Amino acid sequence: MGKERHEALGLTDDQVIEMFRTMLLARKLDERMWLLNRAGKIPFVISCQGQEAAQVGASFALDREKDYTAPYYRDMGVVLAFGMTAKELMLSGFAKAEDPNSGGRQMPGHFGQKKNRILSGSSPVTTQVPHAVGVALAGKMEKKDFVSFVTLGEGSSNQGDFHEGLNFAGVHKLPVITMVENNKYAISVPIEKQIASKNVSDRAIGYGMPGVTVDGNDPLAVYKAVKEARERAINGEGPTLIEAVSYRLTAHSSDDDDRQYRESDEVEEARKKDSIITFAAYLKENGVLSDESEKEMIDEINSIVNEATDYAENAAYAEAEHALKYVYEE
Amino acid sequence: MPVMSYIQAVTAALKEEMQRDEKVFILGEDVGKKGGVFRATDGLYDEFGEARVLDTPLAESAIAGVGIGAAMYGMRPVAEMQFADFIMPAVNQIISEAAKMRYRSNNDWNVPMTIRAPYGGGVHGALYHSQSIEAVFANQPGLKIVMPSTPYDVKGLLKASIRDNDPVLFLEHKRAYRLLKGEVPEDDYVLPIGKADVKREGSDITVITYGLCVHFALQAAEKLAEEGIDAHILDLRTVYPLDKEAIIEAAQKTGKVLLVTEDNKEGSIIGEVAAIVAENCLFDLDAPIKRLAGPDVPSMPYAPTMEKYFMMNPDKVEKAMRELAEF
Amino acid sequence: MASEKINMPQLGESVTEGTISSWLVQVGDKVNKYDPIAEVLTDKVNAEVPSSFTGTIKELVAEEGQTIAVGDLMCYIDTEDSAGDATQPTNKETVEASKETTEQPNQDQSMKKRYSPAVLRLAQENDIDLDQVTGSGQKGRITRKDIENYLSNGKPKTTSSNQEVSSKPSQAQAEPVVEKATSSAPVSDMQQGDIEIPVTGVRKAIAQNMVRSKQEIPHAWMTVEVDVTDLVTYRNQIKDDFKKKEGFSLTFFAFFVKAVAQALKEYPQLNSMWAGDKIIQKKAINLSIAVAKDEELFVPVIKNADEKSIKGIAKDITELAGKARKGKLTGDDMKGGTFTVNNTGSFGSISSMGVINHPQAAILQVESIVKRPVIVDNMFAARDMVNLSLSLDHRVLDGLVCGNFLSYLKKTLENMNEKTMSIY
Repeated sequence: MGKERHEALGLTDDQVIEMFRTMLLARKLDERMWLLNRAGKIPFVISCQGQEAAQVGASFALDREKDYTAPYYRDMGVVLAFGMTAKELMLSGFAKAEDPNSGGRQMPGHFGQKKNRILSGSSPVTTQVPHAVGVALAGKMEKKDFVSFVTLGEGSSNQGDFHEGLNFAGVHKLPVITMVENNKYAISVPIEKQIASKNVSDRAIGYGMPGVTVDGNDPLAVYKAVKEARERAINGEGPTLIEAVSYRLTAHSSDDDDRQYRESDEVEEARKKDSIITFAAYLKENGVLSDESEKEMIDEINSIVNEATDYAENAAYAEAEHALKYVYEE
Repeated sequence: MPVMSYIQAVTAALKEEMQRDEKVFILGEDVGKKGGVFRATDGLYDEFGEARVLDTPLAESAIAGVGIGAAMYGMRPVAEMQFADFIMPAVNQIISEAAKMRYRSNNDWNVPMTIRAPYGGGVHGALYHSQSIEAVFANQPGLKIVMPSTPYDVKGLLKASIRDNDPVLFLEHKRAYRLLKGEVPEDDYVLPIGKADVKREGSDITVITYGLCVHFALQAAEKLAEEGIDAHILDLRTVYPLDKEAIIEAAQKTGKVLLVTEDNKEGSIIGEVAAIVAENCLFDLDAPIKRLAGPDVPSMPYAPTMEKYFMMNPDKVEKAMRELAEF
Repeated sequence: MASEKINMPQLGESVTEGTISSWLVQVGDKVNKYDPIAEVLTDKVNAEVPSSFTGTIKELVAEEGQTIAVGDLMCYIDTEDSAGDATQPTNKETVEASKETTEQPNQDQSMKKRYSPAVLRLAQENDIDLDQVTGSGQKGRITRKDIENYLSNGKPKTTSSNQEVSSKPSQAQAEPVVEKATSSAPVSDMQQGDIEIPVTGVRKAIAQNMVRSKQEIPHAWMTVEVDVTDLVTYRNQIKDDFKKKEGFSLTFFAFFVKAVAQALKEYPQLNSMWAGDKIIQKKAINLSIAVAKDEELFVPVIKNADEKSIKGIAKDITELAGKARKGKLTGDDMKGGTFTVNNTGSFGSISSMGVINHPQAAILQVESIVKRPVIVDNMFAARDMVNLSLSLDHRVLDGLVCGNFLSYLKKTLENMNEKTMSIY
């Protein structure tokens, strides 16, 4: 790999370092949440590990001041890139009142933050796809130049809302970028038992839009695909389906034991392609990152994570009666 | 004051709101060029153009879901389900998403969307063009369900629904569309959502109902008045959340309460109304709370004999009212 | 140094316990916060449990292989006080100001007069003056239970003439008896097609009174056979005229009631009631007569029967029976009976054993009049015969007095004819 890869995409050294930093922060926050769960301090964790490259690479290709995103539950990399902070994510983990996603109402991973244009998500999968299409429709009606970016897992791409949403976007040529984060497992069921076609992206032709499959462990490859999709969208050429192939490095959630359905060899093999390692290697090879600056970055991130943990652990829960608020406009 | 039909009031409300606020737009199946299968959006495509009167693909979950997304952005979509019976693919979007959005985001996001759907039978629509579906949605906090009974109410309540900052399911009785006519002011007015309306003052029995059945109850009340039976009729207007105060007040007024719905009896809206009366009016009741409803069969059959047997009508209401009055 | 506990975390949404598969630290080991200290196995996951503190392991409390509940102690760790790692969550849920729940329950009586349909029904059926009942419900409301308790604790009987004497001494006995009556219904299997009939209202009251009578009163029985041929002839002669003139029927029963009234006058012992440590002989002769209506049994009273003519009695019977059938009997109509005459003959019965109408001392069953061959003057004769069956409270009465009473009654009836008896 040569340095020209990111330069060819118009990315500066600072930008790729920032990408790496965001990926690493997502990873470290996620790891801390597992420890907190295993220490009995937070009830639930659902991970981004293994998918940070796709999430961050894609987000950096968007206009993070204008574009909307409808993330799914693993997208810690996306929401960090869109402006949610480590502290806010920890508040969500601990279900504290200050959690901007839901004020401690939803499980962790159910992201949402209006000021950063992150649409609120639920647990039934794929419902966010039509929402992203709706935002894009509104943008088109109002003649705005933003796109909406929606993500989901490959298992979720079997839902009716995927079909209905993408078809709607295709018919009306809406500025929607749909990225399927194919991590090869829908809880315990592997991709070959989920999808009959070779790639998820093969489905795009049915919706009258381009479909591409990219290496989800390579943030630059994902960046490139999303960048192109965004240009098409802004130019009024309609939606794009992107499939970013990676691997889920953890169990489905803190409640799942993946040793029941997959071999540890397979996980070990996937770890060799872990973007946190491979992208660091690329950056070091090209002199953008050194061992020293990497350690500095890790130390800084560790202190951010510690600070976020302490803050969130000590923050207040919502008062019990707050459960009655905001059913309707007040 | 102009006299218009129930469906003309729908069209008038949509038109006025679209003129008033550019954020208001319509999406649904056949709503554009055709002007809707019932012609509720007649003329709007010509006036406001394709972008604001949008013919969508035939996919109800997308109609609801895309509406939700647009509403989250800040638009005021009015989604049309061609028949209430076809709303089922959109249930996940309406219940899991629209109804819970404000709550789950701790007041950060909201869904100012109206979903219109023609419901009800008596039009030879058989099982899938006759259903009353309100009970499916009537235990979903976050959602409002409005079911108007007169052209005047249609205009005022539909305008209020469109301006509401929370999702509203607006159910229009399809037989009322051209059956009911009434005076509708030309000016801009809204009626409050969540408030019931006394449609007739009376002192012998109280009838609580909604939608087309209000009309049946009023007809029956006029006949019974000749026999000296004086009925008090409360139109719920909003069937979720219910106007508990008005229900209690109406029940207390006569102590004899008849609840009427065209829906199947078990698990219907009026069961909840009965519970409210039972919880609050024990010492005011002068008779057991009575329910008059459709039978507990899946839906209205096609053949006229069976359809008539299922469907509510003024005679059935009159009989039930008289029985209660005589108790 | 401070000693902190590390407890078993909840690993998984529905998990309640965990097994220590192995300790990853030993006593004396220094650990940092989040360093793994043990491997734990649960139904859902295998996981490494991290330390929540930086410090030195002091004691491993749970053993390898041991299964302990979520929240139970795993080990102790000594921490540096200054480390500030022992973050005590300050976010305890807002302590609710303990609400004053010491309401004065008896002050507010605003619900005292709000009667539920159930309370009203019970009150009506049992002739209860609700002003006399104390309400245990919110704001003084009388609950259904209050009425039930009031009933089972022996409410003042409606028979005002005897209530003050009869209720006092029998209180202690009456209570368990009635308890038993209400709870003794055997739980029998319902088979398909069986009909369950709830015992309420009058039926319940009848049941309670009957149980009370049977359990409290030692019954004894006696029957005499009476030849009423003359009476039958007499009554049949005049009944049509009577009906025409008076507008109501002249029944045999009126004659029997009249005869009983006379006999009681002669033997007032039978016109009395048991009152624990004494027997009360009643002056007035008020005869209860049993009138059945559908599922219900009423016992209205012919007052001062001894002072009334046959016609007067017949009129009373007609009126009372009519009221009973229309459900219009008042409490007054049923008050003050001192002896009961039961017209079992109207059902065709020729022999029965009546249950005494508590607190009276006896009941007489007037059976069916039957034409039978009887030997008179050593010859068979066709005679109109009737059995009179007396049930007596053996505490109050003995065989002798009752035998005399029945003999007197028999004589009176056998001599009833147009010469001896005026109906007016």
